Amino acid sequence: MENILKIERIEKYYGNRSSLTKALDGLSFDVEKGEFVAIMGASGSGKTTLLNCISTIDKVTSGHIYVGGDDITKLKGNHLNRFRREELGFIFQDFNLLDTLTAYENIALALSIQNEKAKIIDEKIKKVARELDIKEILHKYPYQMSGGQKQRVASARAIITNPKLILADEPTGALDSKSSKMLLEKMNYLNDALEATILMVTHDAFTASYANRVIFIKDGKIFNEIYKGENSRKAFFDQIIDVVTMLGGDLNDAL
Amino acid sequence: MMLFKLSLKNIQKSVKDYAIYFFTLILGVAIFYIFNSIESQTIMMNISKNTLDIIELMNNMLSGVSVFVSFILGFLIVYASRFLIKRRNKEFGVYLTLGMSKKKISFILLIETLMIGIISLVIGLGIGILLSQLMSVFVANMFEADIEEFQFVFSQSAAIKSCLYFSIMYLIVMVFNTFSISKCKLIDLLHGKKKSEKIKIKNPLVCILVFLISSSFLGYAYYLVTGGLVKLQNANEIYIPIAIGCFTTFLIFWSLSGLILKIVMSFKNIYYRGLNSFTLRQISSKVNTTVFQMTIICLMLFVTICVLSSALSIKNSMTANLNTLAPADIQLLQPMNIKEDRAAKYTTSQISHSNLTSLEVLNALGISLEHDLKDIVSINYYSTPALTFRDTFGTTLEQVQKQFRFLSFDTQENIIKLSDYNKLATLFERETYTLNSNEYMIIGDFDSMTSLRNIALASGEKISIFGATLFPKYSECKDGIIEMSSGHINSGMFIVPDEIVDENFLVANLLTANYKANTKEEKVKIEKQLLDIEESNVYILPEGTTRLTIAEASLGLGGLVTFIGLYLGIIFLISSAAILALKELSESSDNKERFRILRKIGADERNINRALFSQIGIFFLFPLLLAIIHSIFGIQFCNSILETFGNDKLLPSIVMTALFIILIYGGYFLLTYYCSKNIIKERV
Repeated sequence: MENILKIERIEKYYGNRSSLTKALDGLSFDVEKGEFVAIMGASGSGKTTLLNCISTIDKVTSGHIYVGGDDITKLKGNHLNRFRREELGFIFQDFNLLDTLTAYENIALALSIQNEKAKIIDEKIKKVARELDIKEILHKYPYQMSGGQKQRVASARAIITNPKLILADEPTGALDSKSSKMLLEKMNYLNDALEATILMVTHDAFTASYANRVIFIKDGKIFNEIYKGENSRKAFFDQIIDVVTMLGGDLNDAL
Repeated sequence: MMLFKLSLKNIQKSVKDYAIYFFTLILGVAIFYIFNSIESQTIMMNISKNTLDIIELMNNMLSGVSVFVSFILGFLIVYASRFLIKRRNKEFGVYLTLGMSKKKISFILLIETLMIGIISLVIGLGIGILLSQLMSVFVANMFEADIEEFQFVFSQSAAIKSCLYFSIMYLIVMVFNTFSISKCKLIDLLHGKKKSEKIKIKNPLVCILVFLISSSFLGYAYYLVTGGLVKLQNANEIYIPIAIGCFTTFLIFWSLSGLILKIVMSFKNIYYRGLNSFTLRQISSKVNTTVFQMTIICLMLFVTICVLSSALSIKNSMTANLNTLAPADIQLLQPMNIKEDRAAKYTTSQISHSNLTSLEVLNALGISLEHDLKDIVSINYYSTPALTFRDTFGTTLEQVQKQFRFLSFDTQENIIKLSDYNKLATLFERETYTLNSNEYMIIGDFDSMTSLRNIALASGEKISIFGATLFPKYSECKDGIIEMSSGHINSGMFIVPDEIVDENFLVANLLTANYKANTKEEKVKIEKQLLDIEESNVYILPEGTTRLTIAEASLGLGGLVTFIGLYLGIIFLISSAAILALKELSESSDNKERFRILRKIGADERNINRALFSQIGIFFLFPLLLAIIHSIFGIQFCNSILETFGNDKLLPSIVMTALFIILIYGGYFLLTYYCSKNIIKERV
């Protein structure tokens, strides 16, 4: 299997010599094409820093991150932007939809900044809207939508450019349980049917149970890693809970 | 002093946010000082007494205008500081949750305002003092005073005045700040930004309808102030096109903000290219909520453009007029044949001597003109109750009266013999005329009046005077002057054949002559001798008009209008640009979030900057464009009002105006762009 993401001993330090915080401490793992990986950890464990480094929003102190074979820690300036725009898709906890644009235009923007033709944009949006069941709300503004709808629009924006990797940062964080479930099923669909590679950060065991693999992080290091394999989602969920219990601490609160 | 430290830190921290505010304050102080210091500059100059009188008038007017200006600047400063407070709601919220009292927060703001005030005053005064040295060269040029050597002028009174006025303004700001702090609630302070704005898409059909209706009304208003101006019956009616203009400006902004988006959206290839859709939505969402502000700014710019270009052109054309309107050195107008019933105004001796011409009066007073004057032309005015303004219209009277009810129709017309006029015209190097014994003609150059008289002339109205009946030779008034003046104010003189005139109706004598002198000093000396005569009870003194006094008066008047126009124009320009800039910057925190999202989905830095540039650019350009369209008609209107001054030199003044706008408005635009760019910039 082809490695979409390869992370090699990355470290991220904050602060100065007198008070050093190691947010990431020699972390390494790979993500293969078509995988759906969840990263779990308590707050302060470094999972958001990890995501920021992969998405090039933040820079690593040392180590390498390869996406599709290219070392993205070496990228600078507009190359960074191009990488973000062409190789990555983002789904954020707070949706990050532009409030002045309709759903359609929000999705279109991801393509139009790649100078895609208007006709092709239209075709692609129609297709993705059907898949994510947001056809009816395409003309609506973010403030007219529910949280679940917003997140599905954001997902549509993330997937429409055909990115190598979709990064999801607490995608269900701001959703109620029903919307969460619906969104996660859609993400599963994107993963299964469209072979999208998804890396999702979450502290919610239920959300994580939709992934194929869960990586647990503690204090900037990998603590544990479990695969769903042939298990049912329910069994996988129980497995995750076991690890979370083992991890202890405030992750329990999140359940 | 904990609070003091806090506010000092605050200013340091937010210097970038305050840049526009600072810039405006400094500019305001500097301009205020410069225009108020003109007084002490003119005192230093070598200027004749006539000009000095006008300069004094100008200085009085300037200080009057300064009060008005300080009101505008006061509003601007209050407005600006309210913006800045809004930006800092969260900060104040944090203070309040920490248990700081509102009194203390007000105190922090007070110190901040005080410090900003002092700093801006000092810098503004410094810049003002430097620039006023440049201004003094301009002032000297304007009044044609010669500066022998450069003098550094510091006007203490202007400096004190600036400090005083601005202190009052800052005081008002402090009161406002305290008031707005005492009124606010903690919950609003902390969550003030979470307000989700609803974006309403207006019904395009309604927009098109409103746009068409308001455009046609605006067109009608344009017509009223240009082509239809003749129809205006009295001065109050000018408010109609102005009111229509203001209202339609609002409606046009309102409808365009909905329409433009719709139109561009229908061109999908443009709309979905790069960040176009984002930029357009940014603009339209803002125009939606700021239609009213746009209108105010547009109207202010419109006033600025008209005031600046008219004011600058008056000076130009006044100087140009001098040669055509004052071709001789001196004219003396001597009222003659005063009737007994005017005894209230004149003494009996004056009345009995009123058969003398100006030459004879001066001779009688012992002033000999032989040595001083050459090219002497003496002409007589005649006037009869049989020929009033009303009588000249004949059968067209009703038509004219209907249109111009406010005119007085009972004035007696001035009549001049043809040979007299031809003598004068020869001296003035103008065309001479011939008339048959039953013909008359009218000489005039005041367009509003001559166009009125042309109605009667075109219909061939006859006049009956001194027992003769005369018909017009020409179907319109002929251009020409009798009395010298600084403007086109000859409203029409009747030229008739010599032989019909009855000498009993002689009312005045006009003497026109040149000085036997070559240098200005000699001319001034002669003029003094002829004009500075002691009042006499025996004789009525002739009323003198000279080329020199006209030149000085028009110089002074031109300077006066120019300076006041410049002052008001610049202040208006600064105010409108500053409001736009502050509005734009106050939204930059919302924008920051939006641009952050754009970066996250991978938009290039170049594209982001371009989007920001066009967003701010269009926001600045939109009101300016409509203001320019307004001005095209507004300037024409100003011209028709000011036509007595002549309007041949409009182009250079329009160029100057454009230069001012590009400099100040453009400067604000660039400053806003760089500040916004700084705000949305993300540290990676």
